[in-house]
Amino acid sequence: MRTARTGARQLITAVVVGAIVLLLIDRFASGYYKYLIELMGIYAILTVSLGLTNGFTDVFSLGHVGFMAVGAYTAALLTFPLEKRPDYFPELPEILRGAYLPYPVALIVGGLLAAAIAFVIGFPVLRLKGHYLAVATLGFMAVVYSLLLNLEPITRGALGISGIPEYTNLWWIYLWLGLTIYVTWRLIDSYHGRAMIAIREDSIAAQSLGIDTFRYRMMAFVMGAFFAGVAGGLYAHLITLIDPRAFSFVLTFNVIIMLIVGGMYTISGAWLGAVLFTVLMQALKPVEEITGLYGLVELIFSALLVAIMIYKPRGLLEEELPQLVRRWLRAGEGTS
Amino acid sequence: MASATYLLDLFVGSFVLGSMYALLSIGMSIIYGILRLINFAHGAMLMVGAYFYIMFLAMGLDPVLSLPLSMALGAVLGVAIDFFAYRPLRGGPELSMLITSLGVYIFLENLVRIIATPQPRVFPLPDFLKGIYRYGDFSVRVIEIFTIVSTLVLFAILVLFFKRTKLGIAMRATADDLEASVLMGIDANRIIMVAFALASMVAALTGFLWGGMYGQVDPTTGFMPGVKAFIAAVVGGIGSLTGSVLGGYILGYAEIFSVGLLPPEYSGLRDGISFLILIVILLIRPYGLFGREVERV
Repeated sequence: MRTARTGARQLITAVVVGAIVLLLIDRFASGYYKYLIELMGIYAILTVSLGLTNGFTDVFSLGHVGFMAVGAYTAALLTFPLEKRPDYFPELPEILRGAYLPYPVALIVGGLLAAAIAFVIGFPVLRLKGHYLAVATLGFMAVVYSLLLNLEPITRGALGISGIPEYTNLWWIYLWLGLTIYVTWRLIDSYHGRAMIAIREDSIAAQSLGIDTFRYRMMAFVMGAFFAGVAGGLYAHLITLIDPRAFSFVLTFNVIIMLIVGGMYTISGAWLGAVLFTVLMQALKPVEEITGLYGLVELIFSALLVAIMIYKPRGLLEEELPQLVRRWLRAGEGTS
Repeated sequence: MASATYLLDLFVGSFVLGSMYALLSIGMSIIYGILRLINFAHGAMLMVGAYFYIMFLAMGLDPVLSLPLSMALGAVLGVAIDFFAYRPLRGGPELSMLITSLGVYIFLENLVRIIATPQPRVFPLPDFLKGIYRYGDFSVRVIEIFTIVSTLVLFAILVLFFKRTKLGIAMRATADDLEASVLMGIDANRIIMVAFALASMVAALTGFLWGGMYGQVDPTTGFMPGVKAFIAAVVGGIGSLTGSVLGGYILGYAEIFSVGLLPPEYSGLRDGISFLILIVILLIRPYGLFGREVERV
């Protein structure tokens, strides 16, 4: 039986353990590995928030990276040094010329703008089903991409925005990852989350039980977009240079692969997919370089994706990690 | 500003682009009709087909022989992909096939990248397709005429195939109702094999035309045409042969004319325009211009 107290205790344990691990990484990891771990955290925010729609409701969106791009450009513009703006953005609209926000607020504003856009396009898009929804959201992504390329006064087009202040660090990323996981977990464990899962399993049955399917789809879509937007802001201030190509189909596919290989029906599966992807990518890069077979990583991952769809369609993790650990512990007690 | 010749150029350009979209869209539509699969990998079949052609040429074969051979090899590959990737998923949730086809797309793109390097390759056209006809200011390339004519001929052949032949009728029956057609003694797996062979063969032909039109191919060539072909199929009414051909032409014309008539600074919005058309169509007529309304829950 889980009570409020054991829930709180677990949460505190998780936060303390997480903080210690981060402290050790911050202290001892070399610059490159630290950067990888930071990138991994951003991927994890993306996969967990994408899991909210693609895993926990029946909305299979391919537009997640579009929301990420909105957040990235918004946050980058809002924190861009005021004195450098006339040089970098000579044609910037009047309102944006003096609009400056501190980094943490800019992240949230980026997320909110992404969420607002999700809300607006949700009205037409979420009425579609299955395939059609997937392609329409891919369309949204393509529209964002071509706007980024063409709204040159604001986005500098293909040049991209360089010289973004480097505010993002390990702590910011993992703070937001923790927040994303916590909010998702609380949501899934609530009445609303159960309604979402019911919609995923059988939307007609859910509807007949009085669940407002459109409302819950929208809720998942908007919340997923918010965290994707924040992830974009974190990414912009980590890499310090963003251009439209960073938010293309390649990233979209990679995020989908991470989510599905890890397991899109669990939160642990989602972030584990991001971890696995980053680790394998790094482990295989040297092989790629020695053999000269560029594209090998993607080849292996796509084969893995197809194999997972055939043999383990629910992904590697079908159960939440804490549940699995608890079961292993219990099994250990039984044998000893 | 827009002279008559310029408009004529746009008209021919749209006709050519629309033809290639139409060809791909036919394949997309045939597969979707039977399997309810949005085959993202279909665009990759275009790219692979173009590479097959280059490969046969490099082996010293005649261009006239290389084209049919690349189409045949494309068909074999299409059937093989169905066998290894999609067949194990039959009867499962429809999204799992969509996800798998994304995986197959990435697999093919990177396989070609590894085998043939990521650098773009020059696409050599046979001599008899290289010429240009000029009439004053206006000029048209032979490959453009070839593209338009072969699309129309192929469309006519396919219409006859689906209307008149036993196999074609069986395919339409399977697309209408898979279970009922199986009960009527139609071998569904065989029909699906034929569908993949046909669609991939046409995609390989499109790859030849695409390479010939633009002069080069690289491993990423197929992605956008593949997505556009799906849009065309949806706009026209997925599952309908005439619909997907018309959808292809609508998209071709919309793209070329919007780029050609808008000021040059908006030309980058081209891809965005196709998707806007898709979203508008999905909202006002989700089953497409020529599609029939099917179970909408």
